[in-house]
Amino acid sequence: MNIEGQFVLAVLEGLVSGLVLALTALGLSLVFGVMRIVNVAHGEFFMLGAVIAWYVSTASGSFALAVLAAPVLVGAIALSIERFVLRPIHYAPEATIVATIGLLYILEQLVLIVFGPSPRPVAPPFYFRVDFPWFGYSGYKLVVAGLAAALLAATWLIITRTRLGLYMRATQQDREMAQAFGVPVHRIYAAAFSLGAVLAAVAGALVVPVRQAYYLMGLDALLLSFMVVIIGGLGDLRGTLAASLLIGLTDGVVSIFFSPTLARIVASLLVVLVLIARPGGLSGETTQ
Amino acid sequence: MASLTPLLETVALTRTFGGLCAVGAVDFRLHRGEIRAIIGPNGAGKTTLVSMICGRIRPTSGRIVFRGRDITQLPAHARVALGIVYTFQVISVFKRLSIYDNVALPAQRRLMRGLRGRLALRGRAVTERVDAVLGEVGLRGAAGRPAASLPYGHQRLLELAMALALEPEMLVLDEPTQGLASDEIAGLSALLRRIAQEATVLLIEHNMQVVLDLSQRVTVMDGGRIIAEGTPREIEANPEVQRVYLGR
Amino acid sequence: MMEGPVAELGPAAAEERRRPVRALHLAILAALLAAQFVASPFQRSLLARIMVLGAYAAGYNVLVGYTGLMSLGHAMFFAAGMYATGLLTYYAGAGAAAAFAAGLAAGVVVSIVVGVIALRTSGVAFLIVTLMFAQVFYLTALYFNRITGGDQGLILAGRLAPLRLGSLEVPFTDPAVRYNLALGVFAACFLLTLWLVRSPVGRVLIAVRENEERTRMLGYNTFAYKLVALVVSGGLSGMAGGGYTLLFSYLGASFASVLFSIYPLLWTLLGGAGTTIGPLVGTAVMTYLLDLASGVTDSYLIVVGVALVLIAIRFPAGIMGTIRARWARWLP
Repeated sequence: MNIEGQFVLAVLEGLVSGLVLALTALGLSLVFGVMRIVNVAHGEFFMLGAVIAWYVSTASGSFALAVLAAPVLVGAIALSIERFVLRPIHYAPEATIVATIGLLYILEQLVLIVFGPSPRPVAPPFYFRVDFPWFGYSGYKLVVAGLAAALLAATWLIITRTRLGLYMRATQQDREMAQAFGVPVHRIYAAAFSLGAVLAAVAGALVVPVRQAYYLMGLDALLLSFMVVIIGGLGDLRGTLAASLLIGLTDGVVSIFFSPTLARIVASLLVVLVLIARPGGLSGETTQ
Repeated sequence: MASLTPLLETVALTRTFGGLCAVGAVDFRLHRGEIRAIIGPNGAGKTTLVSMICGRIRPTSGRIVFRGRDITQLPAHARVALGIVYTFQVISVFKRLSIYDNVALPAQRRLMRGLRGRLALRGRAVTERVDAVLGEVGLRGAAGRPAASLPYGHQRLLELAMALALEPEMLVLDEPTQGLASDEIAGLSALLRRIAQEATVLLIEHNMQVVLDLSQRVTVMDGGRIIAEGTPREIEANPEVQRVYLGR
Repeated sequence: MMEGPVAELGPAAAEERRRPVRALHLAILAALLAAQFVASPFQRSLLARIMVLGAYAAGYNVLVGYTGLMSLGHAMFFAAGMYATGLLTYYAGAGAAAAFAAGLAAGVVVSIVVGVIALRTSGVAFLIVTLMFAQVFYLTALYFNRITGGDQGLILAGRLAPLRLGSLEVPFTDPAVRYNLALGVFAACFLLTLWLVRSPVGRVLIAVRENEERTRMLGYNTFAYKLVALVVSGGLSGMAGGGYTLLFSYLGASFASVLFSIYPLLWTLLGGAGTTIGPLVGTAVMTYLLDLASGVTDSYLIVVGVALVLIAIRFPAGIMGTIRARWARWLP
């Protein structure tokens, strides 16, 4: 394949992975933004989505069922985490970090026990090839990209057009004020946390036919999501999308032309730069 | 007696936040040995002005001159070394540390010269200083207790003790009587009068009685500018001031 | 998290308490010294590992427990020391002393570079910056795996000149040498942190943790102090890394991984952040627990997870923190 072809392939791959990453990262960004906490176990929701999708599709033969069931189950898990771990510690920042690191290992190891250490594939629900001048591209991947984009749009609608979204935005802007206006903050937190988990789980379920389900796949998803949220900005939907595409595309291009490891190194350093340069650090508030 | 060169001078000092002008081209002068009060309605820019003087906030433009030296670019911690000491509007003692440790931290600062001073200090030197300062404010017996166990009024005294431990040239107090009972206020005023024999005192105050009792000169701010300056009596009688502030 | 009551640093009466504190710490070291004569070979080896890793935790504690800056990147300091010491030995045949010094230096240099950049942020941003830097370090170690051996690592056996004691030549992997050198590394970290936290600088670090803005307005250049804390922390971690590679004859990229940054957080919190003895206690308890668990299941890391969640919800002061709060307010 010539350079042209390689480049187009890289861009396609970058777009697909960028959109999937946008879904995952949006979940983290929402939680970050609304609840002001870092959920270090966020990548595990992505992993759980993939693993549960594997189970459901293997047991039932229907991948569509898997893509529906996985986020529902992961959402339920997230709700119980919010209720039994986060609420007792009052969402205190340091305690939340420690607790969610713990949850990372609990979830990861539980999956190891039940699912096993090997990555396991799922056949894509349909096969078709889209032919480009240089190569044939998996139709399923393009469908995934389309679904991810649709889900992002749906989430945008929820956040901007529904009352739930309004409450979330209000809580994100000013928690005390929102409380004073009667916003049920605890329930908003539960909703935001599980919505974040659901988004990650859907992303995980969608990529299983492409990437295989693996008990360690959460850490990478987490690190990439961190990168996106920091570059794209807290709770900023368009920023998250833009940053995800940026990271997806550079990852794709640098991986194909140099090496995946190098791509990651560059992305990590970029994150450091952004954090240093941005005046408000993480939350975008100007300190002085 | 006040000397001719001001101890502290600001030249066209300005601070804007976005579109809002919190402090607008203020020329402020403070002389050595004064007790000066800054008064004004909420949002007048008093705390912003004072924060710029102490280095907590950077000015948008203008200069600050202390003892003839331009300190505009000097970071806050370096200004403390020059003798500018600030106490917070909201009590900021170290709640989980003991009273002793609260005062020892500023007290040791003066003694920490060079590498040797930073690594090991004669414990005795620090203890003597802490003891002296706690005695001055009347908290001597309580040294071992955690600061959080003190009642509110005593926490204010502890704040003051921490400031005194730094041997200030200019002591800047942001609403020191806030939340105090009237007998505590009287005690604090007397203490400040004693302190003013050695240091220049600049205080932001809302309590007009304290202002009248304590200060020699008063600066009135409104809308980011100084609208009047004079003795307490002059200020009281000033119609502009009455309209803006006292008349409310 | 570091919410438990802090030690009394020193009203006049506590001058007298300095002696029991020093005696207590020396007694702990003496007990460790004596333990090698009563322990089984397996336990001796485990204890040696605990002591070196305890030194790592003690270094971590300086930054996180005493200065209040949570880091998720300390593995890069440990690994910097490990690689400096190990690679010099492996490729250049350096002697142990020189290699060890290089390990310490590497920890210091990396922490200065990282600190000058990372300390311009704080809180969650600082946490993520340290995590990202550590990732860069880890990935770089993997990228140059022809030199570093990548994940598989390198074995130093045979490349390290044995220790010379008079006319005796004893290899570094000799159990007695390993144990006592590990004890030496730990003792250095242990006593250094004890001295530091009771010094004037230590008092400032604790104040920065409690209220940084206030500390700044009391005349302290808090950036400089945080940098000092980070460099001490990183240097001690690098020293532990260099010691580890000499004593266990192995280096590998897994010591630069995220998990290896989480271990000292776990050990320090479990033992008691902001206490001098806590890191050792936490490292010991966790190492024994994980050792037991790994005999039972492959998923032994679940112990790590459960421990962290329990600590966050019920037990934030850790073992020594709770002891200090209940019975011994004078413990540093």
